[in-house]
Amino acid sequence: MSPKTAQIRLVSSHPEVYEPCDDSFALVDALLADRTNILDHCPRLCLEVGCGSGYVIASLALMLGQELPGVYYFATDINAHALRVTRETLDAHAVDAELLCMDIASGLEKRLAGMVDVMVVNPPYVPTPDYEVGREGIASAWAGGENGRSVIDRILPVADRLLSDKGWLYMVTLTTNDPSQICLLMRKKGYASRIVVQRSTEEESLHIIKFWRDSDIQLDTKEILTTNKSVPARVKDSLVSQFSQLSFWRGTNSNCL
Amino acid sequence: MRLFTHNMLSSNIKGVANGFPLRIEVDQVVEKQVDFHPDFLRNMFPKLEWKALVDAARTMGYTELPEEADSSMLESEEFLRKLHHALLELHLEEGALVCPETGRKFPVNKGIPNMLLHEDEV
Repeated sequence: MSPKTAQIRLVSSHPEVYEPCDDSFALVDALLADRTNILDHCPRLCLEVGCGSGYVIASLALMLGQELPGVYYFATDINAHALRVTRETLDAHAVDAELLCMDIASGLEKRLAGMVDVMVVNPPYVPTPDYEVGREGIASAWAGGENGRSVIDRILPVADRLLSDKGWLYMVTLTTNDPSQICLLMRKKGYASRIVVQRSTEEESLHIIKFWRDSDIQLDTKEILTTNKSVPARVKDSLVSQFSQLSFWRGTNSNCL
Repeated sequence: MRLFTHNMLSSNIKGVANGFPLRIEVDQVVEKQVDFHPDFLRNMFPKLEWKALVDAARTMGYTELPEEADSSMLESEEFLRKLHHALLELHLEEGALVCPETGRKFPVNKGIPNMLLHEDEV
C-alpha cells in the first residue's frame, strides 16, 4: 500500500487562503520520495512554516504517522485564516499539529533552537514589488519581493537556528529565486543540498531542495575563514552542475532526481 | 495550545530580554487524550523549563506535577504519565498568553495563539 497523503476533497478552504497547487504537490511528492529516509531519521519535532491550507503538514503527518507515532508537529502561518483552515484540514484527516499564528517562527526561535528535525517550507517566492511583501491575507502566500527572495532570505537563518544537528530542511524554490545561489548561501552556513524534485509547468520551474548539515562542509567553511577565500571552486562547480542538469529535464512533468 | 508548545514559546517583542515564560490567562481548557509515547517524553525532558511547566499546568488546573524533577524520575511510569498529561493532553482553547516583561497579551482563540507583533514591536 502506498503511503497516505492528504486528500484534496478533505482540504478545507477560505477565499483568503492559498489552495494546494503545483508547488504544494511538488513539496509533498518530495517528502514522499524521501519518506523512507525520513522514517530512518526518526524525527521527533517537525515544523512547517507557512502552512496555508494545511495540505502539506497533514500529508507529512499522514505519511509518517503509521510508522512514527508520537512525533510533534508545529505549523505556523502569518495569516490567521490559514491556521483555521489548516485546523479543519487536519481534523478531516484525523491528524494533529500545533498551530501558531506568527511571522516565520518568531516566538519559537529562542526555545526551539536546535530542536527541529524536519522543517518544510513552501515560501512566498513570486517576484513582486517589495511593498507587497507581508501584506495581510492571501498575498502573504505568494508575494516574495525582489526575485521572490525577500521572505526566503529571512527564512534561511531561522532554519539554521531551529534545525537540530541532524535536521533537514525541504524548501520550494523557483528558478527566478536563483536556487543555486540559495544553496551557496546555505553552504556557507555548513549545509549540503540536493534537489529532491524538479517540476516544470508552462509558467514556472520549481525545485524542491533538501538541506542538511554536513561536517565536511563545516571544515570547508573554516578553510574559507582561515584562507579568506570564497567558496571552493569544486563546490561551486558541483552546485552549478546540479542545476544545469535541470535545463535538460525541463519540459517533462516531474522528476525525482 | 498544549503546554509543550507553551514551554517552547517566548515573547519576541523588540527590547524584551527574555520573554519567557508567557503567563497564561485561562478562559477555557480542553482535555484531549492522546497515545502515550514515553520516548518522546524522555527525549524532551532535558529541553523543558520545569518550573514554567509546573506553573503553567497549575494555571490550567492540573496540580499533580512535582515542584522539582530530575532525569532519574523518567524511570517512573507514574511520573511519565503525569508529564504526558500535562505536556500533551491539556489544551488552552481560549485565553491569552501574557509577555512577562511588557504585559502585552497574545490572544489564544480556538486553541491557536496569535503571536503576531504590531509594527512598532518588531
